[in-house]
Amino acid sequence: MLPNKKGYFGEFGGRFVPETLMSALEELEKAYSSAKKDKGFQKELKYYLSQYAGRPTPLYFAQKLTKKLGGARIYLKREDLCHTGAHKINNTLGQGLLTKRMGKKRVIAETGAGQHGVATAVAAALLGLECEIYMGTKDIRRQSLNVFRMKLLGSKVIPVKSGSRTLKDAINEALRDWVTNIRTTHYLLGSTVGPHPYPVMVRDFQSIIGKETREQILKQEDRLPDYLVACVGGGSNSLGLFHSFYRNKRVKFIGVEAAGRGIKTGKHSSPLLAGSIGILHGSESYLLQDKDGQIRETHSIAPGLDYPGVGPEHSFYKRSGRAKYVPVTDKEALKAFLLLAQTEGITPALESAHALAYVVKLAPKLSKNKVIIINLSGRGDKDVHIVAEALGVQL
Amino acid sequence: MNRIETKFKELKKKKKTALIPFITAGDPDLKTTKALVLEMEKRGADIIELGIPFSDPIADGPTIQEADIRSLKHRTSLKDALDLVKELRKKTEVPLVLMTYYNLLYKYGIKRFVAQAKRSGVDGVIAADLPVEEASELKRYARKSNLNTIFLASPTSPSQRLKLIAKESRGFIYYVSLTGVTGAREELAKDLIFSLRRLKRLTNKPIAVGFGISKPEHIRKIRRYADGAVVGSAIVSVVEKNLKSKDLVKKVGDFVQRLAQSCY
Ligand SMILES: Cc1ncc(COP(=O)(O)O)c(C=O)c1O
Repeated sequence: MLPNKKGYFGEFGGRFVPETLMSALEELEKAYSSAKKDKGFQKELKYYLSQYAGRPTPLYFAQKLTKKLGGARIYLKREDLCHTGAHKINNTLGQGLLTKRMGKKRVIAETGAGQHGVATAVAAALLGLECEIYMGTKDIRRQSLNVFRMKLLGSKVIPVKSGSRTLKDAINEALRDWVTNIRTTHYLLGSTVGPHPYPVMVRDFQSIIGKETREQILKQEDRLPDYLVACVGGGSNSLGLFHSFYRNKRVKFIGVEAAGRGIKTGKHSSPLLAGSIGILHGSESYLLQDKDGQIRETHSIAPGLDYPGVGPEHSFYKRSGRAKYVPVTDKEALKAFLLLAQTEGITPALESAHALAYVVKLAPKLSKNKVIIINLSGRGDKDVHIVAEALGVQL
Repeated sequence: MNRIETKFKELKKKKKTALIPFITAGDPDLKTTKALVLEMEKRGADIIELGIPFSDPIADGPTIQEADIRSLKHRTSLKDALDLVKELRKKTEVPLVLMTYYNLLYKYGIKRFVAQAKRSGVDGVIAADLPVEEASELKRYARKSNLNTIFLASPTSPSQRLKLIAKESRGFIYYVSLTGVTGAREELAKDLIFSLRRLKRLTNKPIAVGFGISKPEHIRKIRRYADGAVVGSAIVSVVEKNLKSKDLVKKVGDFVQRLAQSCY
């Protein structure tokens, strides 16, 4: 699936930004399309992905979990084993190399869970780029471990006190920085959101996940999977997994949105399930807004999902029916986190635990010859404090 | 011709630079906004921009962000702004421009917005995050109703884009003086005069300069190269400093008058 020339997937996407950013987006689009065709660039990226980030990541057959749930065979795509502990590095290495190619020396990024922040800080350290990361003060509190990691890596973390003090506001502040420092700075956006070409570019950098998965499952099961399940924040780990299977219509895509305390309470982060179409952070897509068009506050126990918008390609998938979207609450995610820890000895990121929680409901309903692949987008070390707090344990 | 176009014609004859103050509608409340518009006109404002507050104003610096927060405390909406303009039209013919972010217009419905804006007496509209490429729907309806679509041009716009922006702008072209967000600045951007001359060569349409313009001396410096000056954050800070004062409206008026004196 490619967007049209103006960056639209169907009716979703586009480039709604202040004029000051337009020429930089055009420059980025050109640089990206030439890098995409450049064998040297692809070779260098491949080198870093394998020798530095640790790819390919395993596709692990979760035998104990499968047995416990008593239905479909469950595989985990182990993005948690990437360097820095999440899929985010696939994108930051790609955009980091692109930054150098454009001759820019400084990168900025937003972060919610801190995973994209850490992955950006790592890429910046590796490639010799100056790096500043915007992070909402609520997330700084929730993900203190990652904040310190970013600082250790030589990046500056800039606290964002405006609005809901989470990911959305970090993106606002990063965009303001970019408008100001456009000539020297690349905005290393961390998900499949934002103005064109970010949604398609980030998707492409993440599509290595699905490419590997396809080869691995063919080797291990000698067939394609029945279900691909991933959590959807902005949409990068899910689209990264889905993309290579787009034409295989029998492979069902399931995107799991964070239902927080429950969709009905209004305290959630589910724009595809409970939102309406609008324009936020440069693209037209589903989002959570009130009747006047003001962006609504969101909630999720997983900071990486705590965002009112979603990538335009997902809106297109929803509209076309290619993917199905389902809700998972904080509580369900927490239970799934514990389940995986205790059955398989893997602590998933709370974001990824959302995908897992849906499979806990789905797998038992399916016969034993069905195959489900879950994108385990990150590891849960960063979330230990949140989990402890939710369980009422003092560390 | 609508009020904006007539105004620029008139000012050209008088060799006066248009003074275009910006305030956020509903900051601190709609009643004050109404009084401010009337006072600013009396003190020499030629065109007035009313900002409609948005929860995520990515092109704005802290001053206008704070004004938006004050206004959103009582949920000022696009509809409120349209009603306010309708009220104002009983008392004034000063050209009025609404400035906001595209989602508010989109959510309201572009067709419905244009129809009601026109009926209320709005003369122009600016969406800070709407580049010309994405504006076809707004343009289509606005052209039919003679509502001016004002687009932003910036120091990073190459000539080709400047030409396109000039072509699609109605009423005036809004030149963003610097690479950055709104907010008062001590100095003008170094390349501003050069950039304005470049833009002037590409168009006959009036050019107003905004972002950072905050003192009479700034206006004096750009007068020869631009047709208008937009002053936003500097005025909004006068509002902010006088939130508790009975003299809020007068204080803003005094400042606008000082700015107006530098326009001749
Ligand atoms: C581990 C992990 N998974 C998922 C996400 C959600 O983002 P996306 O939908 O772009 O994959 C994040 C975001 O921070 C994350 O850290």
